[in-house]
Amino acid sequence: METAGTAGQPVLELRGIGKEFGAIRALHDVDLQVFPGEVVGLMGDNGAGKSTLVKIIAGNFRPTVGEVRFDGDAVHFYRPIDARAVGIEVVYQDLALADNLTAAANVFLGRELKRRVGPFAFLDHNAMAARALELFGELRSETRPHDLVKQMSGGQRQAVAIARTRLSNAKLVMMDEPTAAISVRQVEQVLSLIHRLKEQGVAVMLISHRMPDVFAVCDRVVVMRRGEKRADKPIRDTSPEEVTALITGAKEAA
Amino acid sequence: MAMPLESPISFTNVGRIRWWQRGIFASQTGYVLLALLGLLIAMHFASPYFFSQGNMQNVAKNFSFIAIATLGITLVIITGGIDLSVGSMMCFSAMVTSMVMSGLSTPGMPGAFLFVHLAADGKTVVANVPGLILIVSILAGLVTALIVGFVNGFCIAVLGLSPFVTTLGMLSIVRGLGYVVSNGRGSFPGGPDADYFYALTSGDLLGVPAPFIYLVVLAAVMAIVLHHTSFGRHVFALGGNEKAAELTGIPVVRVKIEVYMICALAAGLQGIIVSGWLGSAPANMATSYELNVIAAAVIGGANLAGGVGGALGAIVGCVLLEVIRNGLVLAQVSSYWQQTLVGVIIILAVLVDRIRSRTT
Repeated sequence: METAGTAGQPVLELRGIGKEFGAIRALHDVDLQVFPGEVVGLMGDNGAGKSTLVKIIAGNFRPTVGEVRFDGDAVHFYRPIDARAVGIEVVYQDLALADNLTAAANVFLGRELKRRVGPFAFLDHNAMAARALELFGELRSETRPHDLVKQMSGGQRQAVAIARTRLSNAKLVMMDEPTAAISVRQVEQVLSLIHRLKEQGVAVMLISHRMPDVFAVCDRVVVMRRGEKRADKPIRDTSPEEVTALITGAKEAA
Repeated sequence: MAMPLESPISFTNVGRIRWWQRGIFASQTGYVLLALLGLLIAMHFASPYFFSQGNMQNVAKNFSFIAIATLGITLVIITGGIDLSVGSMMCFSAMVTSMVMSGLSTPGMPGAFLFVHLAADGKTVVANVPGLILIVSILAGLVTALIVGFVNGFCIAVLGLSPFVTTLGMLSIVRGLGYVVSNGRGSFPGGPDADYFYALTSGDLLGVPAPFIYLVVLAAVMAIVLHHTSFGRHVFALGGNEKAAELTGIPVVRVKIEVYMICALAAGLQGIIVSGWLGSAPANMATSYELNVIAAAVIGGANLAGGVGGALGAIVGCVLLEVIRNGLVLAQVSSYWQQTLVGVIIILAVLVDRIRSRTT
């Protein structure tokens, strides 16, 4: 597959992002562009600044310096909900699912579809189940909307968490270690979910420690070290060895 | 935006969950309901009086006396919280209601001139508007409960105190306030509206005790709210995974405060009803009722870890407790055994649920 979106407008653009927590410089002068339909792997050791960067994009933190542009416009997020409003969704590492609810209920959590009966608004169970089934179909996941999340496999849980991002037609989906705690077969399912998102023109940022996963699905890999961006290159121009060297600092930059 | 499917998804790996493995059939509430039906049948053969109309009315009335509060606490337990102040709340609301009622009915008390005047004989107190005192006094009791519930919810949701400690403190505070306002004496609903009050709280409609009617209506409302509104869904989500609830944009703080307010309101209403049946609101009324109420909720399937529970379960738990009590009386077993048996049943109910969830 051709590297997606090398032409056209980036969906997300970071310019000179820096973040300081008191005396600690967590990020310094990070520039980054993500294009529609592109899968970008974000790698780095613990403390390299990955999660700070993700939290700035997701609206948990505000950058100390620099500018975040989304769809060409400068944006300022004060809360995560602001980021979600423009079309940025995060799939959290622990997935943020309520085990005691059904798949459909989780997909629509906080955004329930309602039917008005007089002055009251009741949940529209059928519409939510139908839409959830449609989303699971798009993701090619064998997940029944009425099943409890408690009873699901790791791959199905991922599908539920990702289906949630599809609900709002997000333009950028950030996934935090989606393959960290699941079996080999389920990793494959998750990677194919990422392909589905890409097919539909969604930009994906994959934050992962797992080199094989990054090389399997990403178009481009970004390596962070000590709060700076040390590499940003198409996956075909690099190798796992080089990325490892960049993460550990054996190689300074590429 | 939806992509056309080349083929609808087929469920080759994922089996369908059978009807008996889901919903009520797979819940502790279902098992306890079965046990209850078994117990009712056993009672029928054990005592010819059990299914007599008088005894049934008695049972219906008695379990209604804790069931409304149990509905409220079930809501709190579903969110993963607990409210230990329900017993004190029952007493305090009842007390406020009867004190306001007798205060407003006594000419000469502040504000009373708005509500009552003396009849021509100079002795009989006559209400200006019949029923108004009743409404005002019941509202006073319920508003008191709402305020206490709000304080509970605020401390837990906004200040981040633990529900157990907050409501344990509130148990003591509210009970203490009850003694303060009454000086340790009981108060009695009195005045021209007292008859209405007794009719509403301990009367019956076509032989059905009034508290039982309130219970059925409130339980139906609660079941609908829990399963068919977004508030109910948020309550379950909060108990299932509070962090997820927060990340998905559910107004966690608001839902928590509302839940504690509803719980206190239910306890207050319950207290007012009980005081009508007792004919007074003694300062030690409903002492340690919180334990009965929590026990009923837990037996009925509310999980103290949060995320599980329902209106039906609350009622089933209360009925089971009452049937056991009633049965022991009919069987002429010492009533001291009741408490022991209740403890055994709490543990059994939770144990059965534990074993079941391990095997599936």
